[in-house]
Amino acid sequence: MSLKESKKTMYFLLVIGVAYIILFIINKEYFSKAIITTFTIIKNILPIFIIIFILTILINYCITKKTITKHLKKDSLKSWTFAVIGGVISSGPIYMWYPLLSEAKEKGISSGLIACFLYNRAIKIPLLPLMIFYFEIKYILILLITMIIMSVFQGILINKLIKK
Amino acid sequence: MNKRIREAVKKSWEGISNSLPLMLGTIMLVSLASLIPKSSYTFIFRGNFTDVIIGSLIGSVSAGNPINSYILGGELLNQGISLIAVTSFLVSWVTVGLIQIPAESMILGKRFALLRNTLSLIFSIIVSVITVFIYNLI
Repeated sequence: MSLKESKKTMYFLLVIGVAYIILFIINKEYFSKAIITTFTIIKNILPIFIIIFILTILINYCITKKTITKHLKKDSLKSWTFAVIGGVISSGPIYMWYPLLSEAKEKGISSGLIACFLYNRAIKIPLLPLMIFYFEIKYILILLITMIIMSVFQGILINKLIKK
Repeated sequence: MNKRIREAVKKSWEGISNSLPLMLGTIMLVSLASLIPKSSYTFIFRGNFTDVIIGSLIGSVSAGNPINSYILGGELLNQGISLIAVTSFLVSWVTVGLIQIPAESMILGKRFALLRNTLSLIFSIIVSVITVFIYNLI
């Protein structure tokens, strides 16, 4: 996390902290309710976090940035497939990938493939347990499949619009 | 433990620990929001088709780890907000990055960044309509 981001996070926490202090002064019952809800949510998602951590380690161990860029050079079915898979399995903040994608663009990877890769970063395998905790598996499957299909449509559309 | 495993553990821990303070803040914010009576959500979400657009717009201006969007989305659903609005909120949160547009423009080009984010916003509405339609159909 950059210094600017960490400052923003601290301000955010400070504002929330002040809100809780004000709530404590105004209404102690509501304050207790909010604290209990906070602990209940934390308690419920804690076991899922352990699974998320293990899955993130596995992905970081198995997949490198080089593996992803290697398979994206041509606009073929294979490259679209790799853009989708690459986006899904890539981890870390989005801005971390910008320099690498810029380099990839200079090497001839189309804007559509880059857009497709970025769109699929929205699908986070390690976070699936948390999604399942809140939503039905049927819903998640439909949503993820729709997103993958639309990511390719978006990529094709961007390629056409950029060329104009 | 070999070096590669150690690096994977370190990178994973850094990624998760960096998002912890923001996540804690989000959970605390969600807890505060849970004090608001359900009826208040009608001020933002109207219970009709405009909810899908409202959800997309709120998701687009929101930023942070997708974990937070799932927590918020799940809680919104518990508060009685429609699945279509929650879906557009979830999708736009993770696909549209208004806050990252300056960085994306600088590195990948202004035209690309604007086009990608505008299309992602439109697609978040389309994705939510298709998802909920198929979900109700099956």
